[in-house]
Amino acid sequence: MKAVEMHNIVKIYPNGVVANRGVDFEVEEGEIHALVGENGAGKTTLMKILFGIEYPTSGEIRVFGKKVHITNPHVAISLGIGMVHQHFMLVPSLTVAENMILGMEPTKFTSIDYQRAVKMVEEAAEKYGLPVPAKEKVLDLPVGIKQRVEILKALIRGAKILILDEPTAVLTPQETGELFQALRNLAKSGMTIIFISHKLKEVKEISDRLTILRNGKNVGTFVTSEISEEEISRRMVGREVELVIERTESKPRDVVLRVENLEYTREDGVKVLNRISFSVRSGEILGVAGVEGNGQRELVEILTGLRFGAMGKVILNGENITNQPSHILRRKEMAHIPEDRVELGVALKATIAENLISDRYYKDPFCGRMVMKPQKIREFAEQAIKNFNIRADGPDSPVMMLSGGNIQKVLVAREFTSDAKLLIADQPTRGIDVGSTEFVRKKLIEAKDEGVAVLLVSADLQEILQLSDRIIVMYRGEIVGYFPKNEGLTEEELGYYMLGVRRHEESRIKEALIS
Amino acid sequence: MNSVLRGILSTQFVYSILRVSTPLIFATLGALLSDVSGVINIALEGMMLMSAFWGVMVSAWTGSAWMGLLAGVVSSILLALALAYFHLNLKTDLILAGIALNIFSSGFTVSLLFMISGDKGSSASVKSYVLPRLNIPFLGKIPILGDMINNHHVLTYLAFLSVFLVQYLIYKTPLGLKMKAVGENPDAAQSVGVSVIRVKYIALILSGLMAGLGGAFLSMGYVSWFARDMTNGRGFIGLAAQALGGHSAIGGMLGALLFGFAEALSYTLQAIQLPSEITNMLPFIFTIVALIIYARSRLSKLHALR
Ligand SMILES: Nc1ncnc2c1ncn2[C@@H]1O[C@H](COP(=O)(O)OP(=O)(O)OP(=O)(O)O)[C@@H](O)[C@H]1O
Ligand SMILES: [Mg+2]
Repeated sequence: MKAVEMHNIVKIYPNGVVANRGVDFEVEEGEIHALVGENGAGKTTLMKILFGIEYPTSGEIRVFGKKVHITNPHVAISLGIGMVHQHFMLVPSLTVAENMILGMEPTKFTSIDYQRAVKMVEEAAEKYGLPVPAKEKVLDLPVGIKQRVEILKALIRGAKILILDEPTAVLTPQETGELFQALRNLAKSGMTIIFISHKLKEVKEISDRLTILRNGKNVGTFVTSEISEEEISRRMVGREVELVIERTESKPRDVVLRVENLEYTREDGVKVLNRISFSVRSGEILGVAGVEGNGQRELVEILTGLRFGAMGKVILNGENITNQPSHILRRKEMAHIPEDRVELGVALKATIAENLISDRYYKDPFCGRMVMKPQKIREFAEQAIKNFNIRADGPDSPVMMLSGGNIQKVLVAREFTSDAKLLIADQPTRGIDVGSTEFVRKKLIEAKDEGVAVLLVSADLQEILQLSDRIIVMYRGEIVGYFPKNEGLTEEELGYYMLGVRRHEESRIKEALIS
Repeated sequence: MNSVLRGILSTQFVYSILRVSTPLIFATLGALLSDVSGVINIALEGMMLMSAFWGVMVSAWTGSAWMGLLAGVVSSILLALALAYFHLNLKTDLILAGIALNIFSSGFTVSLLFMISGDKGSSASVKSYVLPRLNIPFLGKIPILGDMINNHHVLTYLAFLSVFLVQYLIYKTPLGLKMKAVGENPDAAQSVGVSVIRVKYIALILSGLMAGLGGAFLSMGYVSWFARDMTNGRGFIGLAAQALGGHSAIGGMLGALLFGFAEALSYTLQAIQLPSEITNMLPFIFTIVALIIYARSRLSKLHALR
């Protein structure tokens, strides 16, 4: 039996963007069906339509064979559809149990029966093998657990069809493994799962069948085992994509960034960085590997002037820049692609052009003595849109309307045109499609070849191994591994250091700091 | 100076703190109920004013203070519904709509006042009624404390009772949970089928109810007439007190009492011939100072969280 049949779905957003142009999409009951496609292909839109958050401009939907009109999430939930969104839909200050029962609260007289709520949550957690701390505030939970809460939230509402929109984008390899195990068990017990991801390796691993969207259209549904990763990406993008990027030979020169004995204790008293020392030379990429939450975020924030109070020394081009604010560092030729592009990378309501010049608006050639020069800004933006292949109406459309991958391209365009000597790239390809990922990775290599010193922080081991010349591994705020060259190094090997199972000798780790 | 000290240390002073805090507590609870749901109710001031006006007028017409109270509360809720409609259905800017309603209320009450009583300043010529004070014998028997807390206006007792009702509503009931969710992450609430608009409507109606009670107290308890713009910034002080208390009704009440103290103090200081222009500033200076302290402590807390 077919769990979902979507027929000829068209969605035109109020602003005129056509996100779905007649999509046909079918999912069998009890299968794990992957939905793939480039950024902006319309995957999320299609799923929002199925979940009743958006209403289709035209088209027909059947759920378990019955024709339905899903006008709001309430209807979808009662049809047995649950959705885990690309961005978490949780209320941080409420507890796990409160989040879980929101909208279906068990009551005793007029008040919420909190005991029963906790019990409901614990029972569901037990039943589906997804343990969560029912009484803790969501705020304090690691992303992997938040994800579980989201899934349980859907299951506890009786979902028989579970939609997961890029659930692994923020997960560590271990968390992804656990998630997949849980999903397999669910599918075995008859749950239908729709899984969106840009990571083709994962798609290959977890799904039974897959559907490829391109430019708002279904360009094919396949049995996963019968199609290769190369073929999937070719159909997604419409051209050949190099999944493995050729690393050019590096010719490192002078040290650009020198970090000596960096230590940092967070406001809550936890020491998150301990004796961190390394250097990055012009013309090389230093990769920082590690499971998320082992100090990488704090390290990047301190280096880029977004967090203060660190001990030790940070030296950029021979100048001590420890604890200097970001606007000063930018003038000292540092570029930064932040991990959270929406929060830190761009101003969502501002236009593409405005975002592109936001670090240099005060300088020649964009600003005269008194006023800005709109013509120059426009020319620059149009050029950048072309060079960096940003899909948009033009320089004046707000960044908010772009898809995730295109927002990232705007950011990358700004940082790569800033003539920096040091580029700090934090998860530069998270959540973006294979085509854009290839693009960003190539740009990183190009930058290196032009003599930029690149510090690459990534939870994606494949990315680290493909791009880096040297690699350091962080675990619990310390450097526990140092690999002066990465030939022959495998993901498994790195994994042991990331999990703290293995550790290099002190003397070897010290070598990460090259004078 | 001695007379000031004697004034402050008297049971009478505490009694007057509770009295002047009553409208502030209602305003604070009004601010809290809407703020929890993510709506800043700037129009509290106008809602209170409207209620104060209709309370007097309807009590005069019907001869019943209770009918006046009912009319006052209804008028305030109608204003809240107007704000909800502007903000939630027509998507106008919340702050601008709130300011418009405040200005409207001020002008509307004065013009009607003039049409009815021929006076633009106050309704002294209209024979209106006030709500009763309650003499609760067992409270009165408590030594010292009895003088402070007995014989208050019925709405004063209701104000303190409301603090606990609101606290219960926000932290124990399904509606409260939905309000918090809607205020903090409307998308999350929507995604589990909670109607964001409906919850915000309910929150604003409850907010209007509180403002209505506070306004009615002013003209039918605190004094026995309506005077133009008699709310005199109390709606805004309510917003400030709520900011101090965060999402706790008890905390908000403490904030309201703090401002009540400042107001009571200003009356005592007037008694020793300090110019009233200066003493009248006292509650507002308090407001500003308290908000600065609050904002600073919150900033450092936020910093620690990051
Ligand atoms: N609320 C909206 N209003 C207007 N346009 C939108 C809206 N949401 C999405 N779009 C546009 O619709 C198109 C499809 O977006 P959608 O989010 O469905 O893509 P996606 O396939 O999920 O991409 P990604 O992989 O980046 O998440 C994009 O061009 C996007 O800019
Ligand atoms: Mg998407």
